Amino acid sequence: LKLFTTLRDDLQGNVTAIKGPGGKWMIPPDAKESMDQSKIGLKGPLKTPIAAGHPSMNLLLRKTFDLYANVRPCVSIEGYKTPYTDVNLVTIRENTEGEYSGIEHVIVDGVVQSIKLITEDASRRIAEYAFEYARNNQRSSVTAVHKANIMRMSDGLFLRKCREVAETYKDIKFTEMYLDTVCLNMVQDPTQFDVLVMPNLYGDILSDLCAGLIGGLGVTPSGNIGANGVAIFESVHGTAPDIAGLDMANPTALLLSAVMMLRHMGLHEYGKKIETACFDTIRDKKVLTKDLGGNSKCSEFTADICRRVVDMD
Amino acid sequence: MAGSTWRTAVFNLLRRWGLKDTKAFTADQVPQAPRQQRPRASDHGMQTVTLIPGDGIGPEISTAVMRIFEAAQVPIQWDERNVTAIQGPGGNWMIPPNTKESMDRNKIGLKGPLKTPVAAGHPSMNLLLRKTFDLYANVRPCMSIEGYKTPYTDVDLVTIRENTEGEYSGIEHVIVDGVVQSIKLITEDASERIAKYAFEYAVNNQRSSVTAVHKANIMRMSDGLFLRKCREAAENYKDIKFTEMYLDTVCLNMVQDPTQFDVLVMPNLYGDILSDLCAGLIGGLGVTPSGNIGTNGVAIFESVHGTAPDIAGADLANPTALLLSAVMMLRHMGLHAHAQRIQTACFNTIQDKRVLTKDLGGNAKCSEFTAAICERVQDLD
Repeated sequence: LKLFTTLRDDLQGNVTAIKGPGGKWMIPPDAKESMDQSKIGLKGPLKTPIAAGHPSMNLLLRKTFDLYANVRPCVSIEGYKTPYTDVNLVTIRENTEGEYSGIEHVIVDGVVQSIKLITEDASRRIAEYAFEYARNNQRSSVTAVHKANIMRMSDGLFLRKCREVAETYKDIKFTEMYLDTVCLNMVQDPTQFDVLVMPNLYGDILSDLCAGLIGGLGVTPSGNIGANGVAIFESVHGTAPDIAGLDMANPTALLLSAVMMLRHMGLHEYGKKIETACFDTIRDKKVLTKDLGGNSKCSEFTADICRRVVDMD
Repeated sequence: MAGSTWRTAVFNLLRRWGLKDTKAFTADQVPQAPRQQRPRASDHGMQTVTLIPGDGIGPEISTAVMRIFEAAQVPIQWDERNVTAIQGPGGNWMIPPNTKESMDRNKIGLKGPLKTPVAAGHPSMNLLLRKTFDLYANVRPCMSIEGYKTPYTDVDLVTIRENTEGEYSGIEHVIVDGVVQSIKLITEDASERIAKYAFEYAVNNQRSSVTAVHKANIMRMSDGLFLRKCREAAENYKDIKFTEMYLDTVCLNMVQDPTQFDVLVMPNLYGDILSDLCAGLIGGLGVTPSGNIGTNGVAIFESVHGTAPDIAGADLANPTALLLSAVMMLRHMGLHAHAQRIQTACFNTIQDKRVLTKDLGGNAKCSEFTAAICERVQDLD
């Protein structure tokens, strides 16, 4: 929050699962109220309790606010070396249905089925979001990622919706590619990709694959778009309990997610300034947290970015 | 002379006369020896392997492999067959009976790319082959090729994909207008079978660990069952290290450091994705070998690239993928010395960079690349 002195975000609220009347698990009412009011949220990592008797908090948030689109822009960070130098793509993942319906049955002993659901509405909604995103962020193409050669009906429906939406965005180039071909090509030349839109499971895989291309979850931003204008931006790494409270953490992922949030809010200039300061600090290599290859504290890394931001004014 | 040895001799003559376009002389057109003279599986210490050249560049890369095998004096004779879908009595699509017979007899096959007909009314040939021989395991060893530059240098892993069920069951329904469901099937038997194969493969190929790739946190029952069977199989292979990893974590880690992976075993869709991802790490489908293991000892090794119709017959194709698949085949057959020699010759030719096909960055013809490998193979004797 040190970097946001020019803004008045009071995103104070915690998210612990509580049981409401009727025994349903939900997020605390005041957290929900806060989000409904401000519409925009920034979230750090939440621990996933095992055998806590309630679903994961991320799942609860997703359902509460109908967060249907998970968006991850992956841009190579100069100064943070990976086998790739020019990655600049965005994965847009449908986050409500598909393979993650959770509907499974034992058919007979030793035979299990898992159901993948694809609906016209969810497919149209994510396709529309992808093209809108492309337009709003000056991206030139949208690629639908699918396996409709094998899953003719389900992925076929998804693909059809993408094609229909493409018709109303003639300024954006639309292509289609099989998921396996995308992966094959992605690791050989990621620069050929721009905006990618896909159903749930494929998005889960591809978004992590792309995060790996630019250096991992410690530097990757993420945003979740919901119905009714709600948007929650978050770092997607874990809670790192082993270094918690030691001033060793790398805030880059959360910071870049916050930058994404600023852009979403139309505060492009602030977004650009903070992003540039962050990238410059990393490129400079003098003050880096341990995971980035240095030995600075989180507070020192933060202070360096603050200094650069202030200098840019 | 026995049938296919005669055929090989004819091919040699044709090649020496400069007739490169062997496509015009398929096995069907070259007169075959009478049936009773056709060699059995281990005549004169030679093993017979069914060869399916395939379409497009298939015939020319098959010829390349045959030439290299000859130069390496591999004790194999080829039984060349084709695979076109035919309709049997009762309307069932099937592969030609003599091809099935050949495979059932020889057990081992090498196959080039087959074209997938669009709207031909019959299923893909690859699918037919898979069902005919119950090819339940797709195995792709991915090893970095020195001299063929990719962002990665030390890849050495194997993906083992369950190839009969999972997400590719083909069972889909429209529930109501605008809502479609697709069914993923996981069975105890298929999971047990692939897990066992993965550990056996690890033992037979001196690999140290097997990692089960899954999403059992989300698909608790289906991937849960798969995972359980892998854990059970691991109990019988205490000398092999067994680990488990979520598919998304595998992808995240794979592109940052592929050297942490050894043998990976997984259900169908994940295998489809990961095997192509790993092929990309080492340079693509043009250099990646692949093997399909079936029940009853059947095994078909194949290149997994396309038929490349645009360069078919032009002596431009790169036979590396089919050759490395043939090397995989030799290892499967226990002919390790020959396999190593041919693989070394192939890798050295690529590393040397003087005679490379276009896709590898050079401008040599397929026949020239093949000749260079033949030369090295003979020198290695």
